[in-house]
Amino acid sequence: MRKNVNLPALLFLFVLLVLWQAGAMGMDAAYILPSPTQILVRMWELRGPLLTAHLPATLLCTGIGLAISIVLGLLLAVWMDASPVAEKMLYPLIVASQTIPTTALAPLFVLWFGYTIWSKVLVTVLITFFPIAITVFDGFRSASTDMIDMLKTFGAGKRAIFLKLKLPAALPYFFSAIKMAIPLSIIGAAIGEWLGAQAGLGYFSRRMMTQLDGAGVFAPIVLLSVVAMVAVAIVSWIEKKVVTWRGSL
Amino acid sequence: MLEFQNVVFQYDSEDFNIIDGLSFHIAPGEFVSVIGPSGCGKSTIFRLTNQLLPKKSGEILVGGEKIDGRRGYCGYMPQRDLLFPWRSVRDNLCLPMEICGGVSRAEMVQRADETLAHVGLSGWGDKRPDELSGGMRQRAAFARTLLTGSDLLLLDEPFSALDFLTRINMQEWLLDQWESDHKTVLFITHDVEEAIFLSSRVLVVEETPIRRLVSFEVPAAYPRTRACLTDPKMLALREQLIDLLRREVSA
Repeated sequence: MRKNVNLPALLFLFVLLVLWQAGAMGMDAAYILPSPTQILVRMWELRGPLLTAHLPATLLCTGIGLAISIVLGLLLAVWMDASPVAEKMLYPLIVASQTIPTTALAPLFVLWFGYTIWSKVLVTVLITFFPIAITVFDGFRSASTDMIDMLKTFGAGKRAIFLKLKLPAALPYFFSAIKMAIPLSIIGAAIGEWLGAQAGLGYFSRRMMTQLDGAGVFAPIVLLSVVAMVAVAIVSWIEKKVVTWRGSL
Repeated sequence: MLEFQNVVFQYDSEDFNIIDGLSFHIAPGEFVSVIGPSGCGKSTIFRLTNQLLPKKSGEILVGGEKIDGRRGYCGYMPQRDLLFPWRSVRDNLCLPMEICGGVSRAEMVQRADETLAHVGLSGWGDKRPDELSGGMRQRAAFARTLLTGSDLLLLDEPFSALDFLTRINMQEWLLDQWESDHKTVLFITHDVEEAIFLSSRVLVVEETPIRRLVSFEVPAAYPRTRACLTDPKMLALREQLIDLLRREVSA
């Protein structure tokens, strides 16, 4: 594993952080551009409310949104795979809907659902559900037609072809979709909170902005990034255990 | 074992019948090769036999009965081994039995292991397909074809992707298998030497659309060794077949 560490990338990141630190110290205006060390200090000072109140609120929203998106996305992908009519009807709409700036619709959801968790969940679902559906559907489509034909000569029907071939063939795509959806769902939750909430890291970031606390704005962002990276790393680890054949199909 | 009676087939994308009133017959236990240039429609004959393509008219009989609506009457081995990378070699062999149903897991495993031993792969059941060499993968694919339980095997250029030495080893190996299994084999190839080394009879696709197959008896007895290929009668047949195919390609 150690061999996989990308030294040039780490060095470059370090150089960027040093430049940032130097620039921020030179500018000396923490309310506009806090230095990395100031952000870390502020994170430590704010650890109480960040970790006990706001992080759980955001995680709950992200978790519910992600779960709904996965279920809906999978159902839609399976439906489109099973029915050519459904595919013809839905696929172009789903692809076209990607051009709609979902985040710009978020204020509408606050109008509908108020400051409850559901306005945030809806933003999260709208952002994550489509990429999951499309990616998993492409995964089903990736099953080789030669393999499908071979199963047919064994006497397999649609159901057997789906269970024995398409489902396992789509598994790497499913994991890619989840890894893509995790950061998206966190962004969705944060945007929802930013627009209207009583708790959550997005809400916290906004409150700090109104107080001209630059480091306080950054603190939840850093925390969100760390959460996203850890979650993606966990999914990657599971993927390595489950998908041992990637690339050999 | 296999009989075509006036079979007609047309691809939707074409305006002529690529198979036009074709009739031929293959007796039980025969090893018959079909040769012809690429794109002549020889694979279409296979895909009609295993019902991946629907015939327009005529009848196809396997074991004296019409194939319409039947399943599992022929084992099909494609050009690529098509082993599922997420399944162990043993589980790949179980696939046709899983789909047909009616066999317990324990029995499937037992039959798969017996067949693996039969094709010379005992002890390889737990491996993943990508741990096997090209020749071993083809043997595993052949074992999977055997486990469809059918007496008619359709082999579609199964060795064409292998290197030369592996290919001739696999040809000899396939003859051994055929002599011990008493299955009827229909073998597609574009390699004339492969066809005459393996088969008791060679069917040549002479023209497209295919209206008939020209049959040539191979003048050699089984069991065969590669030495028989240098027999003057075999050489003469080989030249005759190559001439026939050449004329067809240039026509």
